[in-house]
Amino acid sequence: MSVTREQIVTWLEKTAVVLDANKQYLTDLDAAIGDADHGINMTRGFTKVMEKLPTVTDKDIGNILKTVGMTLISSVGGASGPLYGTFYMRAGTAVAAKEELSNEDLAAMLQAGVDGIVQRGRAELEDKTMIDAWFPAMVALKTAVDNGDTITGALQKTVAAAEQGMKATIPLKARKGRASYLGDRSIGHQDPGATSTHLILNALLETVQEGN
Amino acid sequence: MKKLINAVDNVVREQLQGMAVAHPDLVKVQIDPHYVVRADAPVKGKVALVSGGGSGHEPMHGGFVGMGMLDGACPGEVFTSPTPDQMYECAKAVDGGAGVLFIVKNYTGDVLNFETAAELAHADGIKVQSILIDDDVAVKDSLYTAGRRGVGTTVLAEKIVGAAAEAGYNLTQCADLCRKVNSYGRSMGMALTSCTVPAAGKPTFSLGDNEVEIGIGIHGEPGQRRMEMKTADEITEMMALEIITDKAYTRTVREWDNDQGVWVDVELVDEPLKAGDQVIAFVNSMGGTPVSELYAIYRKLAEVCQSHGITIARNLIGPYITSLEMQGCSITLLKADEEILRFWDAPVKTPGLRWGV
Repeated sequence: MSVTREQIVTWLEKTAVVLDANKQYLTDLDAAIGDADHGINMTRGFTKVMEKLPTVTDKDIGNILKTVGMTLISSVGGASGPLYGTFYMRAGTAVAAKEELSNEDLAAMLQAGVDGIVQRGRAELEDKTMIDAWFPAMVALKTAVDNGDTITGALQKTVAAAEQGMKATIPLKARKGRASYLGDRSIGHQDPGATSTHLILNALLETVQEGN
Repeated sequence: MKKLINAVDNVVREQLQGMAVAHPDLVKVQIDPHYVVRADAPVKGKVALVSGGGSGHEPMHGGFVGMGMLDGACPGEVFTSPTPDQMYECAKAVDGGAGVLFIVKNYTGDVLNFETAAELAHADGIKVQSILIDDDVAVKDSLYTAGRRGVGTTVLAEKIVGAAAEAGYNLTQCADLCRKVNSYGRSMGMALTSCTVPAAGKPTFSLGDNEVEIGIGIHGEPGQRRMEMKTADEITEMMALEIITDKAYTRTVREWDNDQGVWVDVELVDEPLKAGDQVIAFVNSMGGTPVSELYAIYRKLAEVCQSHGITIARNLIGPYITSLEMQGCSITLLKADEEILRFWDAPVKTPGLRWGV
């Protein structure tokens, strides 16, 4: 079972839809511990991605993802622009020239993307950032693929791990990003970046489930 | 939300278009990607200064573009960092061959986007240096936070280093001076009200009638703590003492090594202010606080400085680094040596700051 180029495109389209649907929610989460613009910025970025996407849908998956990365870097701003942009750029590099992805390819793609976010943002686990969702998701996907799970099964575990990581940010005190200035007052709020990460991964799961 | 806007999505663009019409003798405005450069850019043989950040802090940064201050400014969406392509295009437009100094306020978004831009400019053969401004004493530790934020000292650094570049300082000298100004500057801010980001449509946080937020940044984000409203004198004294009694501040920052083309970690230490120091005192409005109140604050600030043996050599009073319509203020004290005062006094001609010409 593999992920096709058409599914990658569908994933990106679904991502745009789900981020737009959650624009207010993400912005409200950000208002509590940041500066109230995460949903607005992500929606602006993926609106641009949707404008660009038709020009690259006939290209390979690596090319498509790199185009998404460049588009986000040049349109989102804030911290999430370079972080999500780097994710798609590195993910695209990891699957350069591929027309479809094996489960192993998908795991390698996620790992390369997450490594890129860590390098750019220098966040560690439990800093209350998007890494708290990305990292367990990456580990879950790799483990499931190594164990020979189906793509749907593996992504279910991936999304479950991201969701758990996202919820685990609630009691954490932020150590990176704008929320870190709040100190103890950041405790009790879910991290908006970890939340958008969960939405993005869930969009991939939904795409693959529909393909079955 | 009640604001003088036409459409939420056009707030930044229309402001830039207004600047272009108002100050054609001083600045040129580029739309898509957005940046502002001085009218005579690039100035051949002069180090070019580029800063930028989210919009909503006007007149910073676009209002400080012109002779004796910035060569270029990159405005992002309101309270959102600009993007690397903007910064890169702006750097290309202002580079007169002597290199470009990025002056970056320490916010995660600004830092990450400027880092990417420095890499792009370097790859294109432009000499780049990047200095962080992190002067907000409300942030006590750097180990468990993103470090001190860049606030009031940014305005002073842009003026002082801008004059040095005008006087012929090379890129390394400009970077060294900027690092020194940052190290000598300390700020503290407070809010009486929140502010409303146009795209969000409602206030970022809420404050009770009898509450003030202490230790805010400049993005309408909640501050360090909340307390009961007090008199101007009490609040001024509290903020001034936080600055004057602030201990040495050590942190590791990333600076760009232009020769190697890599980021290097540098440990920096800001020494505390002490009796006998002379300073530039900057009392700033967050946008909604009138100048009359700033003078009342300055009156008390001068008294507190004097009682601690600190001499105010120069001052700046007014709205220069704002948070939209927020009511509140910030105080910055910048230890000033002969070099800093000389460049402070040098001529400047920008939309937002102008003297000596």
